[in-house]
Formats: sequence, C-alpha cells, structure tokens
Amino acid sequence: MLRFLVRRSLGAVVILFLLSIVTFLLFFGMPRDPALLMCGKTCTPANLENLHRVLGLDKPIPEQYWIFLKNLVMGSDDFAQGPCPAPCFGYSYHSNEQVWGTLMDRLPTTLSLTLGGAVCFLIIGLGTGLIAAWKRGTLVDKTFTAGAMVISSMQIYFLGPLALAILVYQTHVFDKPAYNEFTENPAAWFGGLIIPWVVLSTIFASQYTRMARSSMIEQLQEEHVRTARAKGMSRRYVFFRYAWRGSLIPIVTIFGIDLGSLLGGAIITEYTFGLPGLGRLAVESVFFSDLPLLLGVMLFSATMILLCNIVVDAAYAFIDPRVRLA
Amino acid sequence: MTTLTKEAGAPVPADADAFLSVRDLHVSFKTEDGIVRAVDGLSFDLERGRTLGIVGESGSGKSVTNLTILGLHNPMFTTVEGEILLEGQELTTARESELEKLRGNKVAMIFQDPLTALSPYYTVGRQIAEPYMKHMGASKKAAWERAVEMLGKVGIPNPKQRAKDYPHQFSGGMRQRAMIAMALVCDPDLLIADEPTTALDVTVQAQILDLLKDLQQEFGSAIIFITHDLGVIADMADDIMVMYAGGAVERGTVNEVLRAPQHPYTWGLLNSMPRLDSDPNAPLAPIPGTPPSLLNPPSGCRFHPRCTFQDRVGGTRCVTEAPSLGPDRSSACHLTAEQKRTIFLEEIKPRLHQRP
Repeated sequence: MLRFLVRRSLGAVVILFLLSIVTFLLFFGMPRDPALLMCGKTCTPANLENLHRVLGLDKPIPEQYWIFLKNLVMGSDDFAQGPCPAPCFGYSYHSNEQVWGTLMDRLPTTLSLTLGGAVCFLIIGLGTGLIAAWKRGTLVDKTFTAGAMVISSMQIYFLGPLALAILVYQTHVFDKPAYNEFTENPAAWFGGLIIPWVVLSTIFASQYTRMARSSMIEQLQEEHVRTARAKGMSRRYVFFRYAWRGSLIPIVTIFGIDLGSLLGGAIITEYTFGLPGLGRLAVESVFFSDLPLLLGVMLFSATMILLCNIVVDAAYAFIDPRVRLA
Repeated sequence: MTTLTKEAGAPVPADADAFLSVRDLHVSFKTEDGIVRAVDGLSFDLERGRTLGIVGESGSGKSVTNLTILGLHNPMFTTVEGEILLEGQELTTARESELEKLRGNKVAMIFQDPLTALSPYYTVGRQIAEPYMKHMGASKKAAWERAVEMLGKVGIPNPKQRAKDYPHQFSGGMRQRAMIAMALVCDPDLLIADEPTTALDVTVQAQILDLLKDLQQEFGSAIIFITHDLGVIADMADDIMVMYAGGAVERGTVNEVLRAPQHPYTWGLLNSMPRLDSDPNAPLAPIPGTPPSLLNPPSGCRFHPRCTFQDRVGGTRCVTEAPSLGPDRSSACHLTAEQKRTIFLEEIKPRLHQRP
C-alpha cells in the first residue's frame, strides 16, 4: 500500500510539473499583455517597459519558468511587495496580494461548499438510489427514477436563482447565501451555505440516484448474489453486504472525479450565489491575465483532482480484495 | 424403480411420502416477446440418499426447475404452477421467510462456475461460515471453525490458512471444492448440483465427482445432479431424467436409460457424444436442427421437428398429439415399445460402438 501511494504521488508530481509548463506556454500564447492591462489608460511606453521589467516579463520564457519553479520550492525575497515564503507563486498582478495567501483565503469557502454539498448529495442520491433498487418496478422506483431524470436535466444557473427567488427574496425563509467563518459563527456559516448546498446537491444527487440504482440492479443479477440467496441469507443482508459492496466501485470512481473537480472550484455555483471561492478566483485570474494567480489556481485545482484520484484508487483496494493483491 | 413412480401430467397427487415430489410443474417467464414456458408439466420424485441425474440441452428447463425448487426465480416475471413437496411441505406457495430457512440448510445448491458464484469481496471462510451462523445460530468463532473443518473435509490442504483467502486466490478446482463445502456446511438433506463440473478440466472434474460421491455416503443427502454430460451422469446418478424443451422425455435407472435408451432424443444425445473406443475417424452425429423456441413450442411431440423417426410412427400423430411419459421406466414417444427396442439395437447401438 505504501509503495502504491509513493508511486502514485510521484506520478502526480510529474503531472503537475507538465501541467505548469503547459499553463506557462499557453499564457504567453494569449494575445493580452498583462502589463498593458495594469498600466491603465495613461500608459507611456516607458511605464510599460518598466512594468515588464518589474514583473519579470522581459526575461526569456524558460528563464521565467525556472524562476517560477525556484520560488515555488524555495520561496523568494526578491519581490518588491515583500517576502514570499514557499510555496511561493509570487504576487498577483492585479491585487498585489500573495497568491498562496489568496488561495488559502478562498479555500475555506470552496471547501465548505464542496464538502457540505457532497455530504448532502451522497446521502440523498445514494439513499434514493438504493430505495429505488430495493423497490424496483414499483411506483416508488418509477417516481424516483423519473424525478432524478427531470432534475439531472436542470442546471445550477436555473435552479439556483429559482431557489434564491423563492426561498430568500419572496418568503425570507433563508438568509442570502454568504460565506461566514465556521470558527466564528457556526450558525451563520450553516445558514449562509444551506441554499448552495441544497441546489448543488439536488443536481448531483440525481446522478447518484440513477447510478446507485442501476449499479445495484446490475449487481443483484450477479451469480454470487444468487449464491448468497441460495444459502439462505436474507434479502436485506444480500442487498447490503453482497450487492452494495460491488456497487461501490463505480460510485466511488465517479465521486472521486466529482469531488476533485468541485474542490478545484465550483465556478457556476460560486457565481450563482456570489460566494468568493476558488472557482471565481480562477475566472478572475484569466480575466486579468494574472499569471501568478492563474498558475496558483490551476496547480491547486489539479492537485485536488489528483489527490482525490489517489484516494479513490486506494479506496478500491479496501473495497475489492482482487485489487489489493494485484 | 422406487424413485420415479408416478405418471407425468396425470392427475396423480404429489407423493407426500417421497422426500421430494414435484408434480405437474409449470414455470413461465414474461418477456417482451411473449410468455416463455421454460418448464411445462414436469413431475418427478426423489428419495433420500438417491441421486437423480437431469440431462438435457441448454434451455431444456433443467436449471429453471431447480431454481424454482429453492424459490430463486424472479417473482416479478415468473409464474409458477404445480406442486413441489419437500417432506410434505409445499414450496411453491411457501413464504419467503420459510424458504430462507430451507435454503442452504435443508436444501443446498452448487453452481456451475465457482468463480462467478463465489463473492469476490469476502474470504472463502466467511462465505462458508455465513449460512452456518444463520441456520445453526452458531457464533462467529464456531462458524469459522466449522468452515475450516469443512474446507479440510473437501480436501483443501492447510484449511486454517486457506479459509482466510479470497476466491480469486483459489484454483478452479479448489473453488469448486470450497463451493461444495459451503453447500454442505449445514448438512443438507438435498443437494442440487447445477453442472458442477462443467467449468473444470477433466482431471479436476473426476476429483470433484469422487468427492461428491464420498460426501453423499457420509452425509446421506439426496442429490439432483444437472448436466449435459452423459459420461458424468453415468458416473454419478442412480436415476436419470432426460429433459427436452421444458419437459421430461425419458426416465429410468442409469442402466436402463444408458444401456437401452428408448427416446429418439436420448439416442441423439448418445450419438453426439465422443467415446474413447469409437473410430476416431467416424464423425459425431449431432442432433439435426436447433432446440425449439419456448415462446412458440412445436405442436404435438416437441421433438418432432428434429426427429428422424417420425415416419415410423405413421400418420400425423407426432405433430398433433403430445406423447405422455408413463410411470417408472418410460419414454414420451409414440413409437411402440417393440420399435424402440429394435431401432436402438439395429440402428443406434452399432454406431455407438464402431471400431476401426
């Protein structure tokens, strides 16, 4: 297991390295000059050149990349804005804030949104999916399946404003979504996130309903499940011990992908509810041609996805002993 | 003949004295194309300690019959009519909870492919121990010890260690042994073996058959042995029932059916089986045609579209009238007893023993 984790972590580092190169090159392929953007309307050529020099954009691209890598690993004191300890992504062109600090400021919002949402959609989605599979062919099953179908064809930017309009602006049942620190005021934290969680989890849950149902039904037709029935184990036991165990693999796979991409920033959800998370940061960094921030967000999101993938692969080993020994 | 006594399809009540008595069993599935009559009017009896071999092609209703005995068919799509009496207890109408008490306890089943039939997620020991805990109320520890004991009994070396292994760590033959251990853990009175050796190679097959015979001696279970391999049946069974298209076409003791088969379908089965002592150059003679669709079974005798002896019966009897299966040693065919005897002796038997 340890060897597996080490191997996968090294692989992840390689992927991140390649990703940073690609991001770097793509950035310089962009038609916009970040210095020009910072320089403003009254820009003189001298100012512009000065800015290029300050930002390090006058150096050749490989050298810039080398500096970026060096700063990332060792930190740097060369920035005009102040010291930058490792992991140093530099200072944002736009806000002049430390990129790592900005990331860490935004992370709790995304983390709260994602993890809270994930708990909701797992409970709702898997619960309804299991009930539908258990009561296969009945009215309950058909209702859940049809409902999941309808909901999964909706979008956050439809469901989100709808929920806001009804629950916040008309009936005032909930507060306007906002991020409050959990440590400062847990109730406000919960109240501010409840609508985003509900909307996010509704849409995700419908996919899990369908997936849990179909994968349970598939598993229930497996021969080893029939054997378990043939030796007298009850329907409930067979359902939860035998069929459920086999259904976990596809569910965990998809969950890993979903969680990873949500942790990297739920762009649409964050915009819909005005939450200052990593997704918004990513869009802003592109908007302002903010190379340090862009690299920071990209690498951070990628790390989240890779981390989730490694966790999923490790989870396979717990679920399926055939993977464990292979 | 003591085990196969009553006439099929006839209004003979189920034999409450027999250990297992199946009467006029009909099993049909609802499918999108229509109703499939997988088993159509099947009757047979089985006594303790005896082995009944059920032979037939794929889709002849062998497996369905036995899944129905345990109530393992899908009730949503399946209709079951007729009677299945196990020691006088009616199983077709039994509640699920009652069937659960029987399964793995009084009636156990061995499936064809032990790789897919054992769960990949749990250790072999746990899978064997589970029914023991459920039916005998044994503690986890006692059930585990019993599982180890059973693994030893079915000839798995070092059972204490191997019980902790997962099925994929076992070889094919060992997996089938584990499966047998699982089936026998609660000392069942009836063991249903559904092609238990089909997925195994021949040497392992022989070992497994020997093991089953030994265990039958020890436990005294009745066995229903389903196969399409007449060689295996000759080795294992006391009685044979040949099934075709959802019904029995011939029955008798092993000697009767294999030495002097009466039904053209049984002849076909024997003809299509390679033998070590036959001329290696002589072609096998497969039964012409394909098994009939059970959505639309043929009229009259279900075998008539593939039967090469129809003309000997004369008229259109084979097409219009379904032959019935008599009591005891019998075959469901319109040929006269004399015809059956002479055709076998003069036309079939010589071909079975062709020498170079």
